[in-house]
Amino acid sequence: MRLEAKPAPSLAVTLLFPVGAVVATLVISSLLVLAAGASPFSVFGLVARGAAGSQFALLETLTRATPLIFTGLAVAVAFRAKLWNIGAEAQLYAGAVITVVLGTGALPLPSPILIPLIMVAAMAAGAALLLGPAILKTRFGVDEVVTTLLFNFIMLLFVSMLLEGVLKDPMGLGWPQSQKVIADAQLPRIVTGRRLHYGFVIAIVAAVAVWFVMKKTTLGYEMRAVGHNPEAARFAGIPVNGVLMKTALLSGGLAALAGFSEVAGLKGNLTLDLSPGFGYTGIVVAMLAMLNPLGVVLAAVFVAGIFVGADAMSRAAGVPSYIAQVMVATALLTMVVAIMLTRFRVRWR
Amino acid sequence: MIEAFEILFTASFWVAAIRIASPLIFATMGELICERAGVLNLGIEGIMVVGAFAGWLTVYAGGDLWFGVAVAALAGAAFGLLHGTLTVPLGLSQHVVGIGITLLATSLTYFTYRVVLPEVTSPPRIEPFQPLPVPLLSDVPVLGPALFNQTPLTYLAFATVAIVAWVLYRTPLGLAVRAAGENPSAVEAQGISVTAIRIGAVMVGSALMAVGGAFLTMSAFNSFFFEMINGRGWICIALVVFGSWRPGKALLGAVLFAAFDAYQVRLQQLTGGAVPYQLFLMMPFVLSILALVVMSRRAAYPKALMIPYQKGER
Amino acid sequence: MSAPVLRIDNVTKRFGPLMANDSISLELMAGEVVALLGENGAGKTTLMNILFGHYVADEGVVEAFGRPLPPGDPRAALEAGIGMVHQHFTLADNMTVLENIALGTQALWSWRLERAQARKRIRQLAQDFGLAVEPDRMVSALSVGERQRVEILKALYRDARVLILDEPTAVLTPLETEALFGTLKMLVAKGLSIIFISHKLNEVMAVSDRVLVLRGGRLAGERATNATTRQELASLMVGQEVAAPPVPPVERRAALLALSGVSTAPGMGGSALEGVSLTLNGGVITGLAGVSGNGQAALAALLAGTQRLLSGEMRVGGAPVAEWSPRTALANGIARIPEDRHAVGSIADMSVTENVISERYRTPRFSRHGVMDWKAARRFANQLIADYDVKCPSPDARIRLLSGGNMQKLILGRALDPDPQIILANQPTRGLDVGAVAYVHRRLLEARARGAAILLISEDLDEIMSLSDEVLVIYRGRLSAASPRGSRTVRELGELMAGHGLEGATHAA
Repeated sequence: MRLEAKPAPSLAVTLLFPVGAVVATLVISSLLVLAAGASPFSVFGLVARGAAGSQFALLETLTRATPLIFTGLAVAVAFRAKLWNIGAEAQLYAGAVITVVLGTGALPLPSPILIPLIMVAAMAAGAALLLGPAILKTRFGVDEVVTTLLFNFIMLLFVSMLLEGVLKDPMGLGWPQSQKVIADAQLPRIVTGRRLHYGFVIAIVAAVAVWFVMKKTTLGYEMRAVGHNPEAARFAGIPVNGVLMKTALLSGGLAALAGFSEVAGLKGNLTLDLSPGFGYTGIVVAMLAMLNPLGVVLAAVFVAGIFVGADAMSRAAGVPSYIAQVMVATALLTMVVAIMLTRFRVRWR
Repeated sequence: MIEAFEILFTASFWVAAIRIASPLIFATMGELICERAGVLNLGIEGIMVVGAFAGWLTVYAGGDLWFGVAVAALAGAAFGLLHGTLTVPLGLSQHVVGIGITLLATSLTYFTYRVVLPEVTSPPRIEPFQPLPVPLLSDVPVLGPALFNQTPLTYLAFATVAIVAWVLYRTPLGLAVRAAGENPSAVEAQGISVTAIRIGAVMVGSALMAVGGAFLTMSAFNSFFFEMINGRGWICIALVVFGSWRPGKALLGAVLFAAFDAYQVRLQQLTGGAVPYQLFLMMPFVLSILALVVMSRRAAYPKALMIPYQKGER
Repeated sequence: MSAPVLRIDNVTKRFGPLMANDSISLELMAGEVVALLGENGAGKTTLMNILFGHYVADEGVVEAFGRPLPPGDPRAALEAGIGMVHQHFTLADNMTVLENIALGTQALWSWRLERAQARKRIRQLAQDFGLAVEPDRMVSALSVGERQRVEILKALYRDARVLILDEPTAVLTPLETEALFGTLKMLVAKGLSIIFISHKLNEVMAVSDRVLVLRGGRLAGERATNATTRQELASLMVGQEVAAPPVPPVERRAALLALSGVSTAPGMGGSALEGVSLTLNGGVITGLAGVSGNGQAALAALLAGTQRLLSGEMRVGGAPVAEWSPRTALANGIARIPEDRHAVGSIADMSVTENVISERYRTPRFSRHGVMDWKAARRFANQLIADYDVKCPSPDARIRLLSGGNMQKLILGRALDPDPQIILANQPTRGLDVGAVAYVHRRLLEARARGAAILLISEDLDEIMSLSDEVLVIYRGRLSAASPRGSRTVRELGELMAGHGLEGATHAA
């Protein structure tokens, strides 16, 4: 069996295979739903309604999509340069910590100054966190997959330590949580009475900015070249290590914004369960979007919809909400196969 | 201060160290086999979760302990087959597929747990493996109980290292596996299918990883709970590098690491609440990163690791 | 009339739109040496890969010793007595000779690898066939010639009766080539039959009994070696005479690049430079001959900017060089045609446009303030495609879809477009068909006429001798004295390549 490169396929074919991936995911998930003793049609119907069946549902989905857009962008940017950033989770928490440190009253500044300041500081924290593994990769040849993964565990413990110590909310009844950020540091809601906040807008802006960088700037070109073939890039005069560093800064910074957005826009404070795996889900979002920044927005909304819908469905139909994670993981694997099939033909002989 | 050193001379410390090492030994050997054949298996974390659950569930459903181990191994091999099929003949990114398998295996496990046991608040228990003392040897001070008064699964872990070492270095199959990780075209040119060797290696390796997970629910503890594996899989990847892809050295690394882990627990108890416990818990992960940095400089890694093989490409 | 040991009957193989083998039939008789001649891309390796089982033919049958061979099964081919020495060695560097030879020869389910027996047998075979090799040495420590002997032993260990050698002399010195021919004669005397793939006419004439010529995937002709001439074979190979471009007399200009006493740190694989001194003058093609692994890679990397010198001095355009990197090299007017167009010269999954600007994307022509001007880039790509006669679907097509020759033309265009002063041409015609080779040579000669200084590194001695105004030989990181065009024979150069007469550092001017 071997793979044969296909000439550039039409747009229709490029979309056909990913759609096929989604269909395959639904089929496999149906089997699980049946095993759980429920009807796939009703379950998927409940999921769809829970995701977008009402204004409330749709806004919930977009709210849930906001951090996924940020982590999805972070992963997409990194993966383009073949920098395997699996540590978006830690970078997210770094951003959240900075948001709380600066936003709970230490800086009595008005909103238009305070919020951008916190954003930049948060991005710097996330960037710094990814810089470590990036340097270990370029200097010592240490695979960044494992180092970024291990950092996730270290960071979570670090946050736990902070929440029980320095950042502990004195008024928190003993629960490990931080103080609330002051009003000036909060991102206002877009629709009153609903949870959707301006973090969503920032996320969209970020996606467009990343798209511009990847497509139209020299940095984007360098990142893609390095990602495809670092040796050829180096030969052509592209400073490979420098590009990887810049990629790490950008990727870490984007992931940190997810933490900032959740704290300043949604939760108001930092707890240990701030992120139910947004960093890891960002990987799926990025792959579903085929590493395209604009596609990340769509993929994030899609994945968020599955999670939000599954929560609602679970309450109604009793199928465990973990089905959402299964669907998302299955979608990742089928999508990767689908992308390959758009570029290569499988020849049996 | 003296107490900190005295810990090292207690039998209970070493017993704990070997017990903590056992799942690491299985999983590290499993990853070592995969990587020797040229495939990085990042599904290890998820496969350990699957093994932990599958083994436990089999016993909970009435099967006997060894049957549970076998089921865990089979479940691991199934995910290994999936990983191998996607990465070897289809040539997909080993990084992405591995992470995907971890996510899939973990979420599938949690989903199945909730379906099978919908109303439980505290995880139900099973009767795990009991320690099986080796007569005479287990009476040797300190090392006796540590090495010879463990559960059968621990003995199996050590036996696995010996078997893996023998197969890799002294059998034609092991030669083929090593060659597949060094230069797959050499294997193909001698009439052996690289695809078969690599997929086989990943399946066997994944089975071992799953048994490592099963150790936790069937020997170390007696129930399954979420977040049980807690990064052990990733640590094993570091241990393979630390052991320079050699079974004996990797075993040493696993034991050293486990000893450190056992030590920090006791150190925590000693210091009372003076030092935040999280710092102690962080140390295994920090140590793993250090191990990677130190060993990466002398990387004697399999030359064809992570490079997909295209048949007939010259 | 004895039966043929090998029979290939109307074998056809397609790769997508490309017809690699078109109804080819051939027979091999016992004790024969048959040469399979053809230029690069003619389909020789594909045919042999089908024979050996790496590929499956779309049509046709292969028979070995009277029995049909199951297709696509290297194990079956090995068991039928067919052995193959591939063009790119199939050896695991980090394993010993014994392990490489024994791989796959004992049952996979056996619980014990019989090393002692294998060692004994290898030593016996080595002695019988005059192929000196030490079974417990690491392959990584072996020279190219020694590795080839291991490859041959691999086949003999498996009782091969038919041995296929794919371009075996591409990496050998002239002396080693003679030794190989001696080995082949001994193999035939011991009853083997041999298929010898080559694109070198003189070797084919020297060693074969019969020649089969492939052209464009078809069998263009079959001749007994002693009943044909070089000219006839050449025209069968190419279809019509391709005249080598005439080389006008040299017009030596100012020194554009000078190395004095330069040494580099030992890099991966090949050796380092040791006290090398050389000067590249405008209008002169300096050819560098040598067996691969003797420092050419270091010299090429130095000029390309990917390696720095450890000691000594390098002057470009008269001024000493301080900071050195690929970017600085390019800025100093050095154009590079790398050895490996797939791994280093191009980025396979990026478009033609993205590839042709890879060295100049930061210049004002293609970007301003960090923002790319893709329109200008595409214009440039189209211009190169037209000027260099490149066949490609569009400037946005991924470059991996282009044939080797077309890709090399683009790389050539990318390098030559800025009218460079100094050109590093490293194996510029490797793997190209005769037409593309002539094209590349013509362009290099044009650059020479314009006053560029060219360093030509090539394993093809014929190419070196026909193009170079002066020839240097590199051996273990040291350079010989320069030999002006025509002053040395192939044999003399071959001796220099093997190290005779090169002890002690010499000065090349």
